[in-house]
Amino acid sequence: MSESAEALGARIQKCFGALIDACRVAGGQVTVEVGAENLRSLCSSLRDEADFAFAQLVDLCAVDYLDFGRADWETSESATNEGFSRGVEVREDRQDESDLSRYVVVYHLLSHTHNQRLRVKTEAPGDPPCVDSVADIWNCADWFEREAFDLFGVLFDGHPDLRRILTDYGFIGHPFRKDFPLSVKLRCVTIRRSGALSTNLSP
Amino acid sequence: MPEIQNFTLNFGPQHPAAHGVLRLVLEMDGEVIERADPHIGLLHRATEKLAESKPYNQSIGYMDRLDYVSMMCNEHAYVLAMEKLLGVEAPIRAQYIRVMFDEITRILNHLMWLGAHALDIGAMTVFLYCFREREDLMDCYEAVSGTRMHATYYRPGGVYRDLPDSMPQYQASQWRSESEIKRMNDDRQNSLLDFIEAFTQRFPGRVDEYETLLTDNRIWKQRTVGIGVVSPDRALQLGFSGPMLRGSGFEWDLRKKQPYEVYDKLDFDIPVGVNGDCYDRYLVRVEEMRQSNRIIEQCVDWLRANPGPVELEDHKLVPPRREEMKEDMESLIHHFKLFTEGFCIPEGETYAAVEAPKGEFGIYLISDGANKPYRLKIRAPGFVHLSAFDEMIRGHMLADVVAIIGTQDIVFGEVDR
Repeated sequence: MSESAEALGARIQKCFGALIDACRVAGGQVTVEVGAENLRSLCSSLRDEADFAFAQLVDLCAVDYLDFGRADWETSESATNEGFSRGVEVREDRQDESDLSRYVVVYHLLSHTHNQRLRVKTEAPGDPPCVDSVADIWNCADWFEREAFDLFGVLFDGHPDLRRILTDYGFIGHPFRKDFPLSVKLRCVTIRRSGALSTNLSP
Repeated sequence: MPEIQNFTLNFGPQHPAAHGVLRLVLEMDGEVIERADPHIGLLHRATEKLAESKPYNQSIGYMDRLDYVSMMCNEHAYVLAMEKLLGVEAPIRAQYIRVMFDEITRILNHLMWLGAHALDIGAMTVFLYCFREREDLMDCYEAVSGTRMHATYYRPGGVYRDLPDSMPQYQASQWRSESEIKRMNDDRQNSLLDFIEAFTQRFPGRVDEYETLLTDNRIWKQRTVGIGVVSPDRALQLGFSGPMLRGSGFEWDLRKKQPYEVYDKLDFDIPVGVNGDCYDRYLVRVEEMRQSNRIIEQCVDWLRANPGPVELEDHKLVPPRREEMKEDMESLIHHFKLFTEGFCIPEGETYAAVEAPKGEFGIYLISDGANKPYRLKIRAPGFVHLSAFDEMIRGHMLADVVAIIGTQDIVFGEVDR
């Protein structure tokens, strides 16, 4: 890296301090938190300003913070539930911070000219969760946003073609949400041409 | 006036040239493609969600199965992400082993790519020639992990075990004569490192064979020169990385720019293309095979000269040896905790990327302090490259669809995850 992560974090704090909510440096990586209303102006500036030149979007994903700090080691029915220690203490504070959104969209940016990486996180407020699309700022966001919509249900305002990408054609639900079960028996309803309904239970 | 509409063709999920399960809906004006809409997700296995329900080490096998022709590179990114959050570094011998196997994986991937790409375009001989080399490299995988493809060899803290001193030998059988068996066992008389060294000595000649078949071939050039041209600016906007980006003339390789493991100690070059068409990307990948060979030679020399541990001694992370576990109380406790609960990674998030053969393969890992990941996002280069397919194929003809899918080196394990 030509410049340390701390130096990059300081520069971002100086230039964009008014726009962003927080700028943290941990483990040699810089994370910027921004509100949904300032996302597009921050992203355009990060791409266009020569001092930053984050010309490439490396990754875009959504995260569901519903169970953060509350994960439990699931045992089978025959083993005793009390015998295993939890890997982590239950975090009560996340429940109290009711103004924190459940869904967060994370952008990973790369600047080739300065050889730096940056992470931008924004909360997706509302129900259904919605943020602005950055597909016109970085074209590769197109499919990443479709995937986040398909798997988490986060809407992207301004996306040219927001439809499902990984799930099956008639699938209902957003599978990677924490309240969507890992495995489930799905009831499949077929409508025959005559108009009669028939139900099949498929494993 | 007769109304003329575009013809919609379904290049269906079952197609020998679709490189897996790809459903392409092509809108065509005669032979020329106006628009292409790739439908993916037919190999979606919810790897990211499965990883959220398993301890960290149990997901390493999932990583192999993402890009299933470059197995150890996927493992490498995941293991690097875990090590970053844990704040540990593998011992130096393990780093050299990892780099050597990464480059073996790169050669495996490029051989598979070259064989499949040439086969799709019509040059069938190359396929068999490439697979002959792949057999030797899969024997290396098997010697070190027990499996030919999905090795689960890298672990946080190093690699699973050290390189073996002997290679499995071919047995006498009714189909092969004794002299043939003796010839086939010639390279396998000593350790794995000797076998790999013998491979590196004959491999450049083999690459010359492939180049003789394709590089100056008129038909190959007609099928690949000028097809799928991507300018460097568009390549950056579309998220390209790896040979797709270097083929367009952009000098960027994570092994040189953001080196990890021991790449900064090794001597190798990065090939960069000029025009950004399929032919340049072919030349880039063939030269990468030669450079990988060079790296492997250097790693073999170092590994021969420097014995040492291949995993950390920290038994909170790496299981103790079985002899110790049976005799020593602390080792038994460590073994028990690791194989029931697993190790816990402190709260935090990290993004770790490696220069996989297809491009930048990244893992974004969020941990909430538990023994399993909270969120594991896999950034696959094939996903991004396939999203650019529509732009690359417009104006080309149906036969070029196959050439462009091939040049993007698409493997559906990583696209769909």
